[in-house]
Amino acid sequence: MSRLPQQPGERIDRSRTVRFTFDGKEVEALRGDTIASALYVAGRRTFSRSFKYHRRRGLLCCAGQCPNCLVAVDGAPGVRACTEPAREGMRVEHLNASPSLEHDAMAITDAVGGAFTPPGFYYKTFIRPRRLWPLYEKVLRRAAGLGKLRETQDEREWRTEYRRRHADVLVVGGGLAGLHAAIAAAEAGADVVLADEGPEPGGRALVNGRHEEARALVQQARDAGVEVMVAGTALGYFDGLVPVWQGDTLHQVRARRHVFATGAIEQPLVFAGNDLPGVMLSEGARRLVSLYAVAPGTRAVVATTSDRGLEAARALEAAGVRIVATADLRQGQTVLAAEGRKHVTAAVLGAVDGSSERRVECDLLVVSGGSAPATSLVAQAGGRTAYDAAHGHFAIAELPEHVRVAGEVAGDGEDAAGSGRAAGLAVAHELGLGEAPPPARPVRRGREAVPPPVAGADRGKCFACICEDVTAKDIHLSVEEGYDSIELSKRYTTTTMGPCQGRMCQLPAVRLMAQETGQSLQDVGTTTARPPWTAVPLGALAGRPIEPAKRSAIHPRHRELGARVMWAGDWRRAYDYGDPQAEALAVHEAAGLIDVSTLGKLMVRGPEAGAFLDRLYPNRFSSLAPGRIRYGVLTSDAGRIMDDGTICRLDEESFYVTTTSSGAGAVEQWFAWWLADWRMDVTLTDVTQGLAAVNLAGPRAREIMGRLTDLDCSNEAFAYLDGKRARVAGVASLILRIGFVGEVGYEIHFPSAYGQDVWDAILDAGAEFGVKPFGLEPQRILRLQKQHILVGQDTDSESTPFGAAMPWIVKLDKDEDFIGKWALEHAAEHPSETALVGFTMPDGDVPTEGAAVLDGSGEPVGQVTSARHSRQLGQVIGMAWVPAKLADDGATITISDERRQLSASVMTKPFYDPEGEVLRS
Amino acid sequence: MSFVLTCPHCGTREVTDFACGGEVSRRPRERPTLRELGDYNYFRRNVAGVQREWWYHRSGCREWFVAERDTRTNEVLWTAIPEEAPSS
Repeated sequence: MSRLPQQPGERIDRSRTVRFTFDGKEVEALRGDTIASALYVAGRRTFSRSFKYHRRRGLLCCAGQCPNCLVAVDGAPGVRACTEPAREGMRVEHLNASPSLEHDAMAITDAVGGAFTPPGFYYKTFIRPRRLWPLYEKVLRRAAGLGKLRETQDEREWRTEYRRRHADVLVVGGGLAGLHAAIAAAEAGADVVLADEGPEPGGRALVNGRHEEARALVQQARDAGVEVMVAGTALGYFDGLVPVWQGDTLHQVRARRHVFATGAIEQPLVFAGNDLPGVMLSEGARRLVSLYAVAPGTRAVVATTSDRGLEAARALEAAGVRIVATADLRQGQTVLAAEGRKHVTAAVLGAVDGSSERRVECDLLVVSGGSAPATSLVAQAGGRTAYDAAHGHFAIAELPEHVRVAGEVAGDGEDAAGSGRAAGLAVAHELGLGEAPPPARPVRRGREAVPPPVAGADRGKCFACICEDVTAKDIHLSVEEGYDSIELSKRYTTTTMGPCQGRMCQLPAVRLMAQETGQSLQDVGTTTARPPWTAVPLGALAGRPIEPAKRSAIHPRHRELGARVMWAGDWRRAYDYGDPQAEALAVHEAAGLIDVSTLGKLMVRGPEAGAFLDRLYPNRFSSLAPGRIRYGVLTSDAGRIMDDGTICRLDEESFYVTTTSSGAGAVEQWFAWWLADWRMDVTLTDVTQGLAAVNLAGPRAREIMGRLTDLDCSNEAFAYLDGKRARVAGVASLILRIGFVGEVGYEIHFPSAYGQDVWDAILDAGAEFGVKPFGLEPQRILRLQKQHILVGQDTDSESTPFGAAMPWIVKLDKDEDFIGKWALEHAAEHPSETALVGFTMPDGDVPTEGAAVLDGSGEPVGQVTSARHSRQLGQVIGMAWVPAKLADDGATITISDERRQLSASVMTKPFYDPEGEVLRS
Repeated sequence: MSFVLTCPHCGTREVTDFACGGEVSRRPRERPTLRELGDYNYFRRNVAGVQREWWYHRSGCREWFVAERDTRTNEVLWTAIPEEAPSS
């Protein structure tokens, strides 16, 4: 099939060809073609197979509205061939047919399936015997759906950028009305965004001969400063935010005023065989001719309810298509059936009252069943629609504040320019810009007839919903079964829930519902308009498939050392370097080095810094001497443990606060909150990212420190819980003598920029002493030996310092009030029913973390929070919450772990160095 | 839920930039009874209407400010740093 002679507004470039494949076969297209227009020229008439019956479906709307041309492009399903531009090398494949589009085995459901596939068939036909449901489910899942997702994350990768755009006015719809609205508002001085979903703004003007006017208006809009988003689909209205999806960008447009110029959607007619390829909406047929110079057929029959179909007939005739018959409903004539096996070969026309009929051979049946204003976005914004009997559709009856409509959606399609201009002037004026619009003049509309809910019902399947394969008979059946409201029927039959989102089926369904229930259309009403208005890939909403990861400045070294890297909160951390037990042992026997840069680090400064911390922590910091360190537990006003860390007083007015790695953000937020409330003379600086930190621990740590710093590191000069500022390997550092892992330890904090230098220097200096890097897992073993809690691991949102065996941290005798004081006073008077204790496993099993602790009768009364094998101790150790009465050394507890009952022995003191002599040495 | 707030330091931003600290409540000044403490910790007025709230500009200056918002419409009446908030 060849192209028509040059059409006045055609979008194709006849000098440039583009090649792509469809189901493996090469297709030649012209630049400017869509996939569908190129395939149509190449002779393809069947574009997809329907959802349930696998019937052939062909081009219907050619405007991205209906489900008929959904294909997969380069493996991504759900692409509309009629709007997707043909690109060189693209791989296009059909959906929902096997083995091929022409020979679809599942088409058998169309011939025999009627009895088996009524509405809700998956609850009826496939429910007995019950035990076979898993099998049915598998089969149904295979049979259902409109395409297959790509298998791997890499193939699915979708790069969407978010962009936030604040504007004075957002105009949705770039037809004549929208363009005029945008220009009027922009020329009045407003900052205007115009979103149009088509590949080129202009709407219907592009196909009805006014393309030059439309193109000039687009230029005028740009000149007036309007940001025109081409191929930008407004997805919905969310409390004033309109996401506009445009290729790989999701614009989040927030405007002070909205003009919806979303047009109206041409409606199909419901008759027998109304889904056959070759049945095409009048606008669709005109689009093929005007934009792509493709003749949609040679012998056409036209069935219409208004002048729209007759105008299409004239346009088709001008393009050389023979119009063999016309049925105008205003004269009582309509179409009763489309005949043909693969494609329309004849149309049966007749009087609505059944008094006459005739059969006309044709290869194209053009239908125009009136139009439905595209009110969804307006309704989502809070507008209300009402049935308009004169035009047979639901029209806008009430507008929300800040929202205007223009053009066809407002019923003003005959004066799109005037209507758009008035809306644009009005919103600008509301924003204090420009002149008030002149009073509106009523727009004259041509006469339209309202089609019957269904015609030719006795001649074959009459589809009300082509997306979900719901026939007029199915709606009748669903009403008989009691689903007699439109919302119920929608959920039962899934009408309006398919890819067209009700564009083609809402009105037919409401008409059928009214007929079946005897209600008026107004009483039947419409289903609720919900976003998204247009199908959108989830990837476009999800943004880029990137998980932000934090890495310490030393991270590359861990990689080089062969570390197993794992997630720890937002951080990528070295879990171990291959042998966690050996790494833990090295800390006991010589020395170990761990990267603890992930710790949260806050600088708290000011005359009231000490008093501020006194009010935040249950213990006292104003009394801490400069150069000394104290452990602190943050509690909420309910007395629950929120975080923990060490605090070093640097000088009279400065405190260096560390937090847990995962709690850094929350602690900063918490500190800042109370600071805002109390308004104390304190400043807060988060230095988490700016400073790296490592912990050097073990019996040889002191000697290694001696090689790296001029500081006197003897126990007398640099005692446990001292904090000193000195150069380490030449880098200005803060050295904290603390010991999370139970051996003599130095936690060195220094600028991140020197992360790898300091790390290297310590490993070099420590080599002769046997220093080894150790990861997170050996650190967990080591700290467990000391029964140091991990907040969030051993504690939860119910844990108090008393329950967590740290009553010493709470200084209730502090004069001043502190966060959590009252709750902790209460807790001190009412001993906790559960207690956090250590335990050993005589039988050597390692219980699962989270396993239940049982009482004598087998009831769960607590849980294991941590458990590890310790090579140093030669036994399995752990921590668990147990009933307070069992919190005694030697008490036996029972742990239920994966159906086994394990026995454990309570140990309330640290397993290693219980008195802390090693640590302090 | 979608609306904008004007951070007193940074300007107008989408709500997703912020963390809501909930309604402004008065922390007891003297030792409360257990019931008063429970009310303070666990009960909120949860008004359908205008309420004064704490907001934190998490993705911005990381400072707290106060706002009055109509919980029915998400209309934000004003925002201010705590020192400059009108007395309630």
